[in-house]
Amino acid sequence: MIKIHPGLLLLFMAMLFSLTSIAQDEFPAQPEPPQLVNDFAGLLSAEQKASLENKLVNFYQKTSTQIAIVTVKSLFGYDKSDYSFKLAEKWGIGQKGKNNGILILVKPKLANEKGEVFVAVGYGLEAVVPDAVARQTLVSEEMIPAFKQNDYFTGLDKSTDVLISLTAGEFTADQYVKTVKKGGNSGGMGGFVLILIILFIVFLFRRGRGNSHGLGSTQSFLGGMLLGNMLGGSRHSGSWGGFSGGSSGGGGFGGFGGGSFGGGGAGGSW
Amino acid sequence: MKRTGIIVVVVVVLLLFLGFQWGISTGNKMVTMDEGVAAAWSQVENVYQRRSDLIPNLVSTVKGYADFEKSTLTAVIEARAKATQVTVDPTKLTPESLQQFQQAQGGLSSALGRLMVVVEKYPELKANEGFMNLQAQLEGTENRITVERQKFNEVARGYNTYIRQFPQSIIASMRNFDKKAYFEAEKGADQAPKVQF
Repeated sequence: MIKIHPGLLLLFMAMLFSLTSIAQDEFPAQPEPPQLVNDFAGLLSAEQKASLENKLVNFYQKTSTQIAIVTVKSLFGYDKSDYSFKLAEKWGIGQKGKNNGILILVKPKLANEKGEVFVAVGYGLEAVVPDAVARQTLVSEEMIPAFKQNDYFTGLDKSTDVLISLTAGEFTADQYVKTVKKGGNSGGMGGFVLILIILFIVFLFRRGRGNSHGLGSTQSFLGGMLLGNMLGGSRHSGSWGGFSGGSSGGGGFGGFGGGSFGGGGAGGSW
Repeated sequence: MKRTGIIVVVVVVLLLFLGFQWGISTGNKMVTMDEGVAAAWSQVENVYQRRSDLIPNLVSTVKGYADFEKSTLTAVIEARAKATQVTVDPTKLTPESLQQFQQAQGGLSSALGRLMVVVEKYPELKANEGFMNLQAQLEGTENRITVERQKFNEVARGYNTYIRQFPQSIIASMRNFDKKAYFEAEKGADQAPKVQF
Protein backbone atom coordinates (compact mmCIF):
# COMPACT_ATOMS: atom_id res chain seq x y z
CA MET A 1 0.00 0.00 0.00
CA ILE A 2 0.96 3.65 -0.30
CA LYS A 3 3.13 4.98 2.50
CA ILE A 4 1.78 8.13 4.14
CA HIS A 5 4.00 10.53 6.02
CA PRO A 6 2.87 10.74 9.70
CA GLY A 7 2.80 14.54 9.51
CA LEU A 8 0.50 14.36 6.53
CA LEU A 9 -1.76 11.97 8.39
CA LEU A 10 -1.87 14.38 11.33
CA LEU A 11 -2.76 17.22 8.99
CA PHE A 12 -5.49 15.08 7.48
CA MET A 13 -6.82 14.25 10.95
CA ALA A 14 -6.85 17.95 11.81
CA MET A 15 -8.73 18.71 8.61
CA LEU A 16 -11.21 15.97 9.37
CA PHE A 17 -11.67 17.36 12.85
CA SER A 18 -12.35 20.86 11.58
CA LEU A 19 -14.81 19.46 9.04
CA THR A 20 -16.84 17.62 11.65
CA SER A 21 -17.76 20.89 13.30
CA ILE A 22 -19.92 21.63 10.26
CA ALA A 23 -23.20 19.83 10.76
CA GLN A 24 -23.69 18.99 7.08
CA ASP A 25 -20.64 16.75 6.91
CA GLU A 26 -21.76 14.60 9.79
CA PHE A 27 -24.68 13.34 7.74
CA PRO A 28 -23.79 11.65 4.45
CA ALA A 29 -25.29 13.13 1.28
CA GLN A 30 -27.65 11.00 -0.77
CA PRO A 31 -25.83 9.06 -3.45
CA GLU A 32 -26.68 9.79 -7.06
CA PRO A 33 -28.78 7.97 -8.28
CA PRO A 34 -30.60 7.52 -4.96
CA GLN A 35 -30.60 4.05 -3.43
CA LEU A 36 -32.47 2.42 -0.59
CA VAL A 37 -29.45 0.46 0.64
CA ASN A 38 -26.56 2.80 1.47
CA ASP A 39 -23.65 0.84 2.87
CA PHE A 40 -21.27 3.65 3.81
CA ALA A 41 -19.52 1.43 6.37
CA GLY A 42 -18.90 -1.39 3.88
CA LEU A 43 -20.64 -4.21 5.77
CA LEU A 44 -22.27 -5.95 2.82
CA SER A 45 -20.93 -7.68 -0.28
CA ALA A 46 -22.08 -6.50 -3.70
CA GLU A 47 -24.52 -9.43 -4.08
CA GLN A 48 -25.96 -8.98 -0.60
CA LYS A 49 -26.46 -5.29 -1.25
CA ALA A 50 -28.14 -5.96 -4.61
CA SER A 51 -30.45 -8.57 -3.06
CA LEU A 52 -31.61 -6.19 -0.31
CA GLU A 53 -31.95 -3.29 -2.75
CA ASN A 54 -34.08 -5.43 -5.11
CA LYS A 55 -36.37 -6.54 -2.34
CA LEU A 56 -36.86 -3.04 -0.97
CA VAL A 57 -37.34 -1.40 -4.38
CA ASN A 58 -39.94 -4.05 -5.26
CA PHE A 59 -41.78 -3.38 -2.05
CA TYR A 60 -41.57 0.36 -2.65
CA GLN A 61 -43.07 0.01 -6.12
CA LYS A 62 -45.97 -2.00 -4.78
CA THR A 63 -46.76 0.08 -1.73
CA SER A 64 -44.88 3.41 -2.03
CA THR A 65 -43.47 2.66 1.44
CA GLN A 66 -39.75 3.34 1.57
CA ILE A 67 -37.58 1.21 3.82
CA ALA A 68 -34.02 2.51 3.71
CA ILE A 69 -30.87 0.94 5.16
CA VAL A 70 -27.90 3.13 6.03
CA THR A 71 -24.68 1.93 7.60
CA VAL A 72 -22.17 4.46 8.93
CA LYS A 73 -18.78 4.21 10.59
CA SER A 74 -19.39 6.93 13.14
CA LEU A 75 -22.34 8.73 14.72
CA PHE A 76 -20.15 11.80 15.42
CA GLY A 77 -21.09 11.77 19.08
CA TYR A 78 -24.82 11.90 18.40
CA ASP A 79 -27.23 9.61 20.13
CA LYS A 80 -28.29 6.85 17.72
CA SER A 81 -31.93 7.98 17.78
CA ASP A 82 -31.06 11.64 17.26
CA TYR A 83 -28.73 10.78 14.37
CA SER A 84 -31.34 8.53 12.73
CA PHE A 85 -34.16 11.08 12.86
CA LYS A 86 -31.96 13.89 11.58
CA LEU A 87 -30.67 11.80 8.70
CA ALA A 88 -34.11 10.40 7.82
CA GLU A 89 -35.64 13.86 7.87
CA LYS A 90 -32.78 15.32 5.83
CA TRP A 91 -33.16 12.70 3.11
CA GLY A 92 -36.95 12.75 3.33
CA ILE A 93 -37.47 8.97 3.43
CA GLY A 94 -41.11 8.10 2.66
CA GLN A 95 -43.71 10.11 0.78
CA LYS A 96 -44.67 13.62 1.72
CA GLY A 97 -48.10 13.60 3.33
CA LYS A 98 -48.06 9.83 3.91
CA ASN A 99 -44.83 9.86 5.92
CA ASN A 100 -44.40 6.17 5.19
CA GLY A 101 -40.65 5.87 5.54
CA ILE A 102 -38.47 3.65 7.71
CA LEU A 103 -34.76 4.04 8.27
CA ILE A 104 -32.58 1.23 9.62
CA LEU A 105 -29.33 2.75 10.82
CA VAL A 106 -26.38 0.49 11.66
CA LYS A 107 -23.09 1.52 13.15
CA PRO A 108 -20.85 -1.57 13.36
CA LYS A 109 -18.97 -2.64 16.45
CA LEU A 110 -15.47 -1.19 16.32
CA ALA A 111 -12.41 -1.97 18.42
CA ASN A 112 -13.33 0.34 21.30
CA GLU A 113 -16.95 1.24 20.52
CA LYS A 114 -20.04 -0.86 20.80
CA GLY A 115 -22.19 -1.49 17.78
CA GLU A 116 -25.41 0.48 17.55
CA VAL A 117 -28.61 0.04 15.58
CA PHE A 118 -31.76 2.12 15.37
CA VAL A 119 -35.01 1.68 13.48
CA ALA A 120 -36.64 5.06 12.85
CA VAL A 121 -40.31 4.84 11.90
CA GLY A 122 -42.08 7.63 10.01
CA TYR A 123 -45.23 9.29 11.38
CA GLY A 124 -47.47 7.32 9.03
CA LEU A 125 -46.23 3.90 10.15
CA GLU A 126 -46.05 4.40 13.91
CA ALA A 127 -49.33 2.53 14.38
CA VAL A 128 -48.21 -0.64 12.55
CA VAL A 129 -44.62 -0.61 13.86
CA PRO A 130 -44.96 0.37 17.53
CA ASP A 131 -41.84 1.10 19.55
CA ALA A 132 -42.15 -2.09 21.59
CA VAL A 133 -42.30 -4.23 18.42
CA ALA A 134 -39.36 -2.38 16.91
CA ARG A 135 -37.33 -2.93 20.02
CA GLN A 136 -38.35 -6.50 20.79
CA THR A 137 -38.91 -8.23 17.47
CA LEU A 138 -36.70 -6.26 15.12
CA VAL A 139 -33.75 -5.13 17.19
CA SER A 140 -33.45 -7.70 19.98
CA GLU A 141 -34.59 -10.82 18.14
CA GLU A 142 -33.64 -10.36 14.50
CA MET A 143 -30.79 -7.93 14.27
CA ILE A 144 -28.54 -7.98 17.31
CA PRO A 145 -28.02 -11.79 17.49
CA ALA A 146 -26.94 -11.81 13.83
CA PHE A 147 -24.90 -8.62 14.14
CA LYS A 148 -23.02 -10.17 17.05
CA GLN A 149 -21.87 -12.89 14.66
CA ASN A 150 -20.77 -10.17 12.22
CA ASP A 151 -23.54 -11.40 9.92
CA TYR A 152 -25.01 -8.07 8.96
CA PHE A 153 -26.83 -9.40 5.91
CA THR A 154 -28.95 -11.98 7.77
CA GLY A 155 -29.97 -9.45 10.42
CA LEU A 156 -30.97 -6.87 7.83
CA ASP A 157 -32.62 -9.41 5.53
CA LYS A 158 -34.81 -10.90 8.28
CA SER A 159 -35.71 -7.59 9.87
CA THR A 160 -36.73 -6.08 6.53
CA ASP A 161 -38.91 -9.18 5.95
CA VAL A 162 -40.65 -8.47 9.25
CA LEU A 163 -41.04 -4.80 8.40
CA ILE A 164 -42.48 -5.65 4.99
CA SER A 165 -45.07 -7.98 6.50
CA LEU A 166 -45.99 -5.40 9.13
CA THR A 167 -46.40 -2.49 6.73
CA ALA A 168 -47.67 -4.31 3.62
CA GLY A 169 -51.37 -3.49 4.09
CA GLU A 170 -50.87 0.09 5.10
CA PHE A 171 -50.30 2.01 1.88
CA THR A 172 -50.82 1.36 -1.80
CA ALA A 173 -48.84 2.73 -4.71
CA ASP A 174 -51.58 4.95 -6.04
CA GLN A 175 -50.64 7.86 -8.21
CA TYR A 176 -50.08 10.53 -5.76
CA VAL A 177 -50.16 14.27 -6.23
CA LYS A 178 -48.34 16.54 -3.90
CA THR A 179 -48.83 20.22 -3.36
CA VAL A 180 -45.90 22.37 -4.19
CA LYS A 181 -45.56 25.34 -1.93
CA LYS A 182 -44.58 28.41 -3.88
CA GLY A 183 -42.62 31.27 -2.48
CA GLY A 184 -45.45 33.75 -2.87
CA ASN A 185 -43.51 36.81 -1.81
CA SER A 186 -40.63 36.75 -4.28
CA GLY A 187 -42.90 35.65 -7.15
CA GLY A 188 -45.26 38.53 -6.38
CA MET A 189 -42.50 41.10 -6.40
CA GLY A 190 -41.27 39.76 -9.75
CA GLY A 191 -44.78 40.28 -11.14
CA PHE A 192 -44.88 43.86 -9.85
CA VAL A 193 -41.53 44.71 -11.39
CA LEU A 194 -42.68 43.21 -14.68
CA ILE A 195 -45.82 45.38 -14.73
CA LEU A 196 -43.76 48.48 -13.96
CA ILE A 197 -41.37 47.76 -16.80
CA ILE A 198 -44.22 47.11 -19.24
CA LEU A 199 -45.95 50.33 -18.21
CA PHE A 200 -42.82 52.41 -18.60
CA ILE A 201 -42.17 50.98 -22.04
CA VAL A 202 -45.75 51.75 -23.03
CA PHE A 203 -45.39 55.31 -21.69
CA LEU A 204 -42.13 55.91 -23.50
CA PHE A 205 -43.57 54.51 -26.71
CA ARG A 206 -46.67 56.73 -26.47
CA ARG A 207 -44.56 59.79 -25.72
CA GLY A 208 -42.33 59.11 -28.70
CA ARG A 209 -45.33 58.90 -31.00
CA GLY A 210 -46.79 62.14 -29.63
CA ASN A 211 -50.37 61.28 -28.74
CA SER A 212 -52.41 64.48 -29.21
CA HIS A 213 -55.01 64.19 -26.40
CA GLY A 214 -53.00 62.49 -23.66
CA LEU A 215 -55.79 59.95 -23.47
CA GLY A 216 -53.45 57.11 -24.34
CA SER A 217 -51.70 57.36 -21.00
CA THR A 218 -54.86 56.81 -18.99
CA GLN A 219 -55.87 53.96 -21.26
CA SER A 220 -52.55 52.25 -20.76
CA PHE A 221 -52.85 52.90 -17.03
CA LEU A 222 -56.19 51.10 -16.98
CA GLY A 223 -54.62 48.40 -19.09
CA GLY A 224 -51.82 48.16 -16.60
CA MET A 225 -54.26 47.82 -13.70
CA LEU A 226 -56.06 45.02 -15.48
CA LEU A 227 -52.79 43.34 -16.35
CA GLY A 228 -51.66 43.74 -12.78
CA ASN A 229 -54.79 42.08 -11.45
CA MET A 230 -54.48 39.28 -13.94
CA LEU A 231 -50.87 38.66 -13.00
CA GLY A 232 -51.72 38.95 -9.34
CA GLY A 233 -54.48 36.41 -9.75
CA SER A 234 -52.41 33.95 -11.67
CA ARG A 235 -50.00 33.62 -8.80
CA HIS A 236 -52.55 31.74 -6.77
CA SER A 237 -53.55 29.21 -9.38
CA GLY A 238 -50.13 27.62 -9.63
CA SER A 239 -50.25 25.68 -6.39
CA TRP A 240 -50.86 22.20 -7.81
CA GLY A 241 -48.40 20.20 -9.76
CA GLY A 242 -45.68 17.63 -9.74
CA PHE A 243 -45.75 13.92 -9.07
CA SER A 244 -43.61 12.13 -6.55
CA GLY A 245 -40.40 10.49 -7.64
CA GLY A 246 -41.85 7.00 -7.93
CA SER A 247 -43.32 7.57 -11.38
CA SER A 248 -40.00 7.99 -13.15
CA GLY A 249 -39.16 5.35 -15.73
CA GLY A 250 -36.61 2.55 -15.80
CA GLY A 251 -38.32 0.50 -13.09
CA GLY A 252 -35.81 1.69 -10.50
CA PHE A 253 -36.02 3.68 -7.36
CA GLY A 254 -36.81 7.29 -8.21
CA GLY A 255 -35.73 9.03 -5.03
CA PHE A 256 -37.00 9.85 -1.59
CA GLY A 257 -40.31 11.67 -1.39
CA GLY A 258 -39.94 14.04 1.55
CA GLY A 259 -41.47 11.97 4.36
CA SER A 260 -41.34 13.19 7.92
CA PHE A 261 -40.36 11.53 11.21
CA GLY A 262 -41.71 12.22 14.66
CA GLY A 263 -39.53 10.11 16.91
CA GLY A 264 -41.12 6.68 16.49
CA GLY A 265 -39.00 3.55 16.58
CA ALA A 266 -36.43 1.94 18.81
CA GLY A 267 -32.83 0.85 18.89
CA GLY A 268 -30.28 -1.19 20.70
CA SER A 269 -26.57 -1.79 21.02
CA TRP A 270 -24.27 -4.78 21.29
CA MET B 1 -45.91 69.56 -18.81
CA LYS B 2 -49.38 68.26 -18.24
CA ARG B 3 -48.33 64.84 -19.48
CA THR B 4 -45.46 64.56 -16.96
CA GLY B 5 -47.92 65.39 -14.20
CA ILE B 6 -50.20 62.56 -15.27
CA ILE B 7 -47.28 60.15 -15.41
CA VAL B 8 -46.21 61.10 -11.88
CA VAL B 9 -49.73 60.64 -10.53
CA VAL B 10 -50.11 57.30 -12.30
CA VAL B 11 -46.79 56.01 -10.96
CA VAL B 12 -47.60 57.14 -7.41
CA VAL B 13 -51.06 55.52 -7.52
CA LEU B 14 -49.56 52.37 -8.96
CA LEU B 15 -46.88 52.21 -6.29
CA LEU B 16 -49.49 52.70 -3.56
CA PHE B 17 -51.61 49.99 -5.08
CA LEU B 18 -48.65 47.62 -5.31
CA GLY B 19 -47.56 48.44 -1.77
CA PHE B 20 -51.05 47.73 -0.50
CA GLN B 21 -51.16 44.40 -2.30
CA TRP B 22 -47.74 43.48 -0.98
CA GLY B 23 -48.85 44.37 2.55
CA ILE B 24 -51.87 42.09 2.29
CA SER B 25 -49.94 39.11 0.93
CA THR B 26 -47.18 39.57 3.51
CA GLY B 27 -49.72 39.74 6.32
CA ASN B 28 -51.40 36.60 5.02
CA LYS B 29 -48.10 34.78 4.87
CA MET B 30 -47.52 35.71 8.50
CA VAL B 31 -50.92 34.26 9.42
CA THR B 32 -49.96 31.00 7.69
CA MET B 33 -46.60 30.87 9.47
CA ASP B 34 -48.21 31.72 12.79
CA GLU B 35 -50.60 28.81 12.31
CA GLY B 36 -47.60 26.62 11.51
CA VAL B 37 -46.04 27.53 14.86
CA ALA B 38 -49.32 26.75 16.64
CA ALA B 39 -49.49 23.36 14.89
CA ALA B 40 -45.90 22.56 15.88
CA TRP B 41 -46.76 23.53 19.44
CA SER B 42 -49.76 21.23 19.56
CA GLN B 43 -47.49 18.38 18.43
CA VAL B 44 -45.17 19.21 21.34
CA GLU B 45 -48.12 19.10 23.74
CA ASN B 46 -49.28 15.80 22.22
CA VAL B 47 -46.03 14.02 22.90
CA TYR B 48 -45.84 15.35 26.47
CA GLN B 49 -49.42 14.21 26.95
CA ARG B 50 -48.46 10.82 25.63
CA ARG B 51 -45.75 10.53 28.26
CA SER B 52 -48.16 11.64 30.95
CA ASP B 53 -50.64 8.96 29.84
CA LEU B 54 -48.03 6.21 30.16
CA ILE B 55 -47.28 6.97 33.79
CA PRO B 56 -50.36 5.42 35.51
CA ASN B 57 -49.53 2.11 33.77
CA LEU B 58 -45.93 2.37 34.77
CA VAL B 59 -46.81 3.11 38.38
CA SER B 60 -49.21 0.19 38.67
CA THR B 61 -46.71 -2.21 37.09
CA VAL B 62 -43.93 -1.13 39.42
CA LYS B 63 -46.21 -1.11 42.48
CA GLY B 64 -46.71 -4.85 42.07
CA TYR B 65 -43.23 -5.32 43.42
CA ALA B 66 -44.07 -4.92 47.08
CA ASP B 67 -40.69 -3.90 48.34
CA PHE B 68 -40.24 -1.20 45.71
CA GLU B 69 -39.06 2.11 47.14
CA LYS B 70 -42.21 4.15 47.72
CA SER B 71 -40.51 7.57 47.69
CA THR B 72 -39.39 7.36 44.05
CA LEU B 73 -42.88 6.34 42.96
CA THR B 74 -44.52 9.18 44.88
CA ALA B 75 -42.05 11.62 43.36
CA VAL B 76 -43.09 10.51 39.85
CA ILE B 77 -46.80 10.80 40.66
CA GLU B 78 -46.37 14.27 42.15
CA ALA B 79 -44.21 15.49 39.28
CA ARG B 80 -46.84 14.25 36.83
CA ALA B 81 -49.59 16.10 38.65
CA LYS B 82 -47.52 19.27 38.59
CA ALA B 83 -46.68 18.91 34.92
CA THR B 84 -50.29 18.44 33.84
CA GLN B 85 -51.28 21.65 35.65
CA VAL B 86 -48.99 23.82 33.55
CA THR B 87 -50.47 24.48 30.15
CA VAL B 88 -49.49 27.09 27.61
CA ASP B 89 -51.85 29.14 25.48
CA PRO B 90 -50.54 28.59 21.93
CA THR B 91 -51.26 32.22 21.04
CA LYS B 92 -49.03 33.41 23.89
CA LEU B 93 -45.79 31.55 23.47
CA THR B 94 -43.73 33.91 25.60
CA PRO B 95 -40.33 33.00 27.09
CA GLU B 96 -41.88 33.03 30.59
CA SER B 97 -44.76 30.66 29.83
CA LEU B 98 -42.50 28.33 27.88
CA GLN B 99 -39.96 28.26 30.68
CA GLN B 100 -42.65 27.41 33.20
CA PHE B 101 -43.87 24.58 31.00
CA GLN B 102 -40.35 23.31 30.47
CA GLN B 103 -39.60 23.42 34.18
CA ALA B 104 -42.68 21.39 35.11
CA GLN B 105 -42.01 18.80 32.40
CA GLY B 106 -38.33 18.73 33.32
CA GLY B 107 -39.31 17.86 36.88
CA LEU B 108 -41.20 14.85 35.57
CA SER B 109 -38.25 13.87 33.38
CA SER B 110 -35.85 13.78 36.29
CA ALA B 111 -38.32 11.92 38.54
CA LEU B 112 -38.70 9.30 35.80
CA GLY B 113 -34.94 9.16 35.37
CA ARG B 114 -34.51 8.43 39.08
CA LEU B 115 -37.17 5.72 38.88
CA MET B 116 -35.31 4.02 36.02
CA VAL B 117 -32.10 4.05 38.06
CA VAL B 118 -33.86 2.44 41.04
CA VAL B 119 -35.37 -0.21 38.74
CA GLU B 120 -31.84 -1.47 38.06
CA LYS B 121 -31.90 -2.96 41.57
CA TYR B 122 -34.91 -5.15 40.75
CA PRO B 123 -33.89 -7.74 38.15
CA GLU B 124 -37.30 -9.44 38.33
CA LEU B 125 -39.08 -6.23 37.44
CA LYS B 126 -36.63 -5.53 34.64
CA ALA B 127 -37.38 -8.94 33.13
CA ASN B 128 -41.17 -8.43 33.35
CA GLU B 129 -42.61 -8.30 29.86
CA GLY B 130 -45.15 -5.61 30.66
CA PHE B 131 -42.45 -3.46 32.13
CA MET B 132 -40.18 -3.98 29.14
CA ASN B 133 -42.97 -2.82 26.85
CA LEU B 134 -43.57 0.24 28.98
CA GLN B 135 -39.88 1.01 28.98
CA ALA B 136 -39.76 0.83 25.18
CA GLN B 137 -42.77 3.13 24.98
CA LEU B 138 -41.28 5.60 27.44
CA GLU B 139 -38.01 5.68 25.52
CA GLY B 140 -39.93 6.21 22.30
CA THR B 141 -41.87 9.03 23.92
CA GLU B 142 -38.69 10.74 25.06
CA ASN B 143 -37.40 10.46 21.48
CA ARG B 144 -40.63 11.98 20.20
CA ILE B 145 -40.34 14.82 22.68
CA THR B 146 -36.82 15.58 21.46
CA VAL B 147 -37.88 15.51 17.82
CA GLU B 148 -41.01 17.64 18.27
CA ARG B 149 -39.15 20.20 20.34
CA GLN B 150 -36.52 20.53 17.65
CA LYS B 151 -39.21 20.87 15.00
CA PHE B 152 -41.04 23.50 17.03
CA ASN B 153 -37.82 25.50 17.41
CA GLU B 154 -37.21 25.30 13.67
CA VAL B 155 -40.69 26.47 12.74
CA ALA B 156 -40.59 29.24 15.36
CA ARG B 157 -37.19 30.35 14.11
CA GLY B 158 -38.48 30.58 10.53
CA TYR B 159 -41.45 32.65 11.69
CA ASN B 160 -39.34 34.92 13.92
CA THR B 161 -36.83 35.55 11.17
CA TYR B 162 -39.57 36.42 8.73
CA ILE B 163 -41.47 38.86 10.94
CA ARG B 164 -38.34 40.61 12.17
CA GLN B 165 -36.77 41.23 8.76
CA PHE B 166 -37.22 44.53 7.01
CA PRO B 167 -39.59 45.37 5.32
CA GLN B 168 -41.89 42.62 6.72
CA SER B 169 -41.28 44.01 10.23
CA ILE B 170 -43.53 46.99 9.35
CA ILE B 171 -46.47 44.72 8.61
CA ALA B 172 -45.68 42.57 11.66
CA SER B 173 -45.84 45.55 14.02
CA MET B 174 -48.99 46.89 12.33
CA ARG B 175 -50.76 43.57 12.77
CA ASN B 176 -49.26 42.66 16.16
CA PHE B 177 -47.31 39.57 15.24
CA ASP B 178 -45.00 38.85 18.17
CA LYS B 179 -41.78 36.89 18.42
CA LYS B 180 -42.19 33.31 19.67
CA ALA B 181 -40.08 31.76 22.40
CA TYR B 182 -37.78 28.78 21.86
CA PHE B 183 -37.17 25.65 23.87
CA GLU B 184 -33.88 25.96 25.69
CA ALA B 185 -31.54 23.00 25.98
CA GLU B 186 -32.01 21.38 29.37
CA LYS B 187 -29.21 21.12 31.89
CA GLY B 188 -26.83 18.37 30.91
CA ALA B 189 -28.27 18.20 27.42
CA ASP B 190 -26.48 21.29 26.19
CA GLN B 191 -23.11 19.73 25.49
CA ALA B 192 -22.03 19.82 21.89
CA PRO B 193 -21.73 16.40 20.25
CA LYS B 194 -18.33 14.83 20.88
CA VAL B 195 -16.17 13.85 17.96
CA GLN B 196 -15.23 10.18 17.98
CA PHE B 197 -12.52 8.60 15.89
